[in-house]
Amino acid sequence: MTTADATTPPPMEEATVESGRGGWRVVAAKELADHLYSGRFVVLLALMGIATAAAVFAASGGIRDVAPDADGITALFLKLFTVTTDPVPFPLIIFVSFFGPLLGIMFGFDSVNGERAQGTLPRLLSQPIHRDEVILGKFVAGISVIAIMLTALVVFVAGIGIFRLGVTPSVSEVSRLLVWLVFAVVYVAFWQALSTLVSVRTTRAATSALIPVGVWLVLALFGGFIFGALADVISPDDGSAAGLVANARTEHALSQVSPITLFREGSTVLLDPEVRSTGLLTLEQIDRAIVSELNLTQSLGVIWPQMVVLVAMTAALFALAYVSFMRQEVRA
Amino acid sequence: MTVATAIHTAGLTKRYEETTVVDRLDLDIATGEVFGLLGPNGAGKTTTILMLLGLTEPSAGSMEVLGMDPRRHPLEVKRRVGYLPDAVGFYDNLTGRQNLRFTARLNQIEDMEHRIEGLLDEVGLGSAADRPAGEYSRGMKQRLGLADALVKDPSILILDEPTTAIDPEGVAEILDQIRSLAVEKDVTVLLSSHLLNQVQSVCDRVAIFVAGSVVAQGTPHQLAAEQVGHARVEFRFGGRADEGRRRLEAMDTVADVIHGKVPDSWIASLDIGTLPETVRDLVAEGAEVTGVRRVDEDLDAIYRRYFENKEVAV
Repeated sequence: MTTADATTPPPMEEATVESGRGGWRVVAAKELADHLYSGRFVVLLALMGIATAAAVFAASGGIRDVAPDADGITALFLKLFTVTTDPVPFPLIIFVSFFGPLLGIMFGFDSVNGERAQGTLPRLLSQPIHRDEVILGKFVAGISVIAIMLTALVVFVAGIGIFRLGVTPSVSEVSRLLVWLVFAVVYVAFWQALSTLVSVRTTRAATSALIPVGVWLVLALFGGFIFGALADVISPDDGSAAGLVANARTEHALSQVSPITLFREGSTVLLDPEVRSTGLLTLEQIDRAIVSELNLTQSLGVIWPQMVVLVAMTAALFALAYVSFMRQEVRA
Repeated sequence: MTVATAIHTAGLTKRYEETTVVDRLDLDIATGEVFGLLGPNGAGKTTTILMLLGLTEPSAGSMEVLGMDPRRHPLEVKRRVGYLPDAVGFYDNLTGRQNLRFTARLNQIEDMEHRIEGLLDEVGLGSAADRPAGEYSRGMKQRLGLADALVKDPSILILDEPTTAIDPEGVAEILDQIRSLAVEKDVTVLLSSHLLNQVQSVCDRVAIFVAGSVVAQGTPHQLAAEQVGHARVEFRFGGRADEGRRRLEAMDTVADVIHGKVPDSWIASLDIGTLPETVRDLVAEGAEVTGVRRVDEDLDAIYRRYFENKEVAV
């Protein structure tokens, strides 16, 4: 309230100005509170905490074993995220690439059809907010929770790493981690957008949970097999060196359709300064190459296509969910 | 600025592909009126309400809510129209109070807590306010829904099937609250129902809505008065069972004798002009007539008649 309001009498006519678009914040705040108090958040956080702790202890143990002999290993701190030893089967970035989708699906699969099932959608839409503010608020709340969880995970890993290794991250390592964090949030947001789209299009929460989980499992478990088989059809391996290369390149190109591949490649490049390409390099190409670190800008240059594609795919899925929600009948 | 007409529609039509759900609807609801939209399930009542709220696009026709077109000023309309949907739902994990708070925030209500407290008391949920809405009974949810629709202090209250799924006592309570809102706060109420006898007592005017069209409109009294010619009359007799039926069926003026709602009562069709004569003749023949009552004055019968006619016409 401004002082002008206090002194001037209220206008005689009803205000006809459509007020600002602040409704999504109210929706987002409520959704965020729902997420943070929900059982699924607590369970996910506990599971991720345990798995992360196991992964990072294994990684730091491995690093400690090799550290005395490895003179000149750079970006030692980031190895926490990319290296593993027995008994933990995969490093942290693979762990995030595998469980990130689950996180995204958890916070998106019932976002719209849950409202329908509870009978709250007509009531919500009859409030003075634009319809798109509902889906926008929900998406923002989901991303916020994801960002909170992933940040907690990175800080947790960094904390254990500092404690176990006695090494503090350098400025360049911290900036790499921050970029990777944003990348990981986009990756999880992709799955959230996918499950939001499905929750707009289906009426039952069980269905809308199963569809994105199915997509995730197919891409995660059979992705390599499917892209390999497709590559064999498109450019068969004829036994020659050129054929072999063509086949491998085709498979790599096809695999870029999968957000999981995009995220794994992007993560590897971002968190390992020595990686200079995501695709196949021939011996000729790396002949006499000097092993050296890329700086962050150069690494970003290497995985820029992956990042752009992932952002674009996420945006496209959200746009689809948005449009189909806007066009939907209230009673569907 | 007051608008004499709270809700106005002209030729309002909604089609889904082949089917016409609402067919050229003309409504005029005056400010402060309690208007009943009555009709069987699937008659297009909810669709009409959603169009008035700007939640569904009409296929044709025009409408004005508080002088505004909901298509062009959806936010302004929704700010001033409280809506209780059919089978209203709440966030089960939140308490009744938290659910209302969410609505209040979306409406940018000032002095929110005070207003919510008052409304919760008004609908009799003061003691249950801090329990999760998931634990509420159907009737409690309905009452919370009424409070929810009132949070924004609406000029118009739209209630879709407000009496469904609540026990008779709860129905009386809700209807009483609706009536007092209209009288004390000058709120215009549009309510829909398929249970005509329940709501006719609170409505100033009703429209009977069958298969997308209004077949009759007026005060309950007017509609009953239009029932010239044949009327349905309940006769009660003392004495032996079936005696009354036999006597009634023997009358020339009477047709279609069926069982009434209570024992030894019979409902018959007859021309209303012949009623005195019929009663005189019955008594003259020695029948122990203990009661005579017109039964078709409630809207139920009127509505059934229109509905049956409609079916015949189809």
